[in-house]
Amino acid sequence: MSILVNNDTRLIVQGLTGREGSFHASQMMEYGTNIVAGVTPGKGGQEHLGVPVFNTVREAKAATDANASIIYVPARFAGDAILEATEAGIELVVCITEGNPVLDMITVKAYVDQHPTRLIGPNCPGLISPGQAKVGIMPGSIHIPGPVGVVSRSGTLTYEAVFALSNKGIGQSTVVGIGGDPIIGTKFIDVLKLFQDDPDTEAIVMIGEIGGTDEEKAAEFIEEYVTKPVVGFIAGQTAPPGKRMGHAGAIISGGKGTAAEKIKALEAVGVPVAKHPEQIAELIAERL
Amino acid sequence: MKLHEYQAKRIFAQYGVPIPEGDVATTPEEAREIAQRIGGPVVVKAQVLVGGRGKAGGVKLAKTPEEAEEKAREILGMDIKGLTVKKVLIDPAADIQDEIYLGMIIDRARQRVLMMASAEGGVEIEEVAATNPDAIKKVVVDPFLGMKGYQAIGMASALGLDKSQFRPFTKIATGLYNAFIGSDAELAEINPLVVQGDGSLLAVDGKMVLDDNGLFRHPELAEKRDLDEEDPAETKAREAGLSYIKLDGEIGCMVNGAGLAMATMDIVKFYGGSPANFLDIGGGADAEKVATALEIILSDPHVKAVLVNIFGGITRCDEVAKGLLTAIEEVKPDVPFVIRLVGTNEEEGRALLADANFPTARTLAEAAQMAVAAAKGEVK
Repeated sequence: MSILVNNDTRLIVQGLTGREGSFHASQMMEYGTNIVAGVTPGKGGQEHLGVPVFNTVREAKAATDANASIIYVPARFAGDAILEATEAGIELVVCITEGNPVLDMITVKAYVDQHPTRLIGPNCPGLISPGQAKVGIMPGSIHIPGPVGVVSRSGTLTYEAVFALSNKGIGQSTVVGIGGDPIIGTKFIDVLKLFQDDPDTEAIVMIGEIGGTDEEKAAEFIEEYVTKPVVGFIAGQTAPPGKRMGHAGAIISGGKGTAAEKIKALEAVGVPVAKHPEQIAELIAERL
Repeated sequence: MKLHEYQAKRIFAQYGVPIPEGDVATTPEEAREIAQRIGGPVVVKAQVLVGGRGKAGGVKLAKTPEEAEEKAREILGMDIKGLTVKKVLIDPAADIQDEIYLGMIIDRARQRVLMMASAEGGVEIEEVAATNPDAIKKVVVDPFLGMKGYQAIGMASALGLDKSQFRPFTKIATGLYNAFIGSDAELAEINPLVVQGDGSLLAVDGKMVLDDNGLFRHPELAEKRDLDEEDPAETKAREAGLSYIKLDGEIGCMVNGAGLAMATMDIVKFYGGSPANFLDIGGGADAEKVATALEIILSDPHVKAVLVNIFGGITRCDEVAKGLLTAIEEVKPDVPFVIRLVGTNEEEGRALLADANFPTARTLAEAAQMAVAAAKGEVK
């Protein structure tokens, strides 16, 4: 089994006809994801990559009964796209777009929180349940189905961890990239809870990085709620304070959000923290 | 993007926050003229984008225009934490009775804008947070409602202000909030907000950090970026759409993805080396971007080896290989390279590099160890 996406996922792509949207939609189709429609304002009525295109999410949902959406529109329109999908009643909205103004996301997140929709991202690689559905931009080929749930704030660093797991023959139930922005729809604790409650996930990898206090909160949650083995990794041990390390959320400010604090919080609740990405797979192998 | 004090205060003033009627000088003579115009004692304040100017001697009181000229001469050209002072702000000296801290920040945990204030103004808020956290009063702003009057009055009351100051304070708090929202800021601070002898309030110092992602909405603010205060390599990187931060080690790193770039720096350190930089080429980088990235890395004379770590997803390994080969052809670097390409089109990428005789690695651990050895001159 898996969490959030599976064989029943019926996906629409917001921004399907754009360059990014087209490329990744065809990659997702190739992986076997059930893409049922695209949305591009002004292109309704056309067909693209073999699926119908609609002007609005509402129209696309009415015609196809979609239950998930992935967003590839530019940053200045991404907030609007999330609101549209939320208002249309899409259950799972995944926003890949990076570079979103943080104040936009505060309003968007507050709106999403008043609705049953779950938002993943923005500024994330999406999520994949290997062998079932890929709703994102990750290279599908490095994943294999199996018992390990992975949750991460990063993109390529997650691929690195998955690659190491797969090389050891350890498969993944679902891999979720929650995104590197300061304001994100779904946080570590939300995904940890889903993995804990998923009967087919036997162990969890949590990949954090400098900035904010979500890893510390996750550590508290693990102590309270999670009985499955968890292995951690924190990027940015050599990052200088006050500098934004690529991700909008990756910054040590006012002495807060350091890797050392996060590692300490995780180790204090019995979560071993890998020294480098490949060690994640070794630590997981010992615990399965 | 950080703004200078004078820029921040001018924005605050546009939103109704009272500020001292000063002006900016780039020469001691100009400083004298401004002081003359103001009449009475002035403060000469270095305009640099780092904290701790006061302690570094970058803020001085002057009683006469002549003294203002003299102080400006001392401060202009001064080095403060590696930055040269090129501008001074000449403000009339305030009649300071009391000092308040007032700031707006993005509270990540609450996912809201947070107004913070403290009656212990004039010192850094981080210091107050560490020594006397109860002194910091907080108000969470609802994004759909914005800052409401009762919230500002509640804050004024919590700060122990006189009731005659409630309205002026509300105007300042609302103004600061509107400046924050209107400029897509991630930080807006008045520190200190001075209570003067006559009871009036005045924003004596201001600080503003803008959200780079929101700058497309504010071309007039984007123009305010002070390139003098940015590392030239970081400017070049930003203009090319790369994310680069210079560090003081000797292994240049080129990576796709911010998390992986940090993890690559960390693993270099883990194997006994030290990273010269953080560099994320982003997703889907083409050959040209890779070439620019390499030029930037090599512009740092301390770099003794370069580690390229690419995990192809959107980024194609063959594009990266092509960019590397083009750049190496042009720049002709004399430092060793270690290249690791995995993911989309990795075979094609590796084949291109093998033809050119570059050492390639399959795993990150292997690549990092090779780069550390190369920087120490242990391999060719």
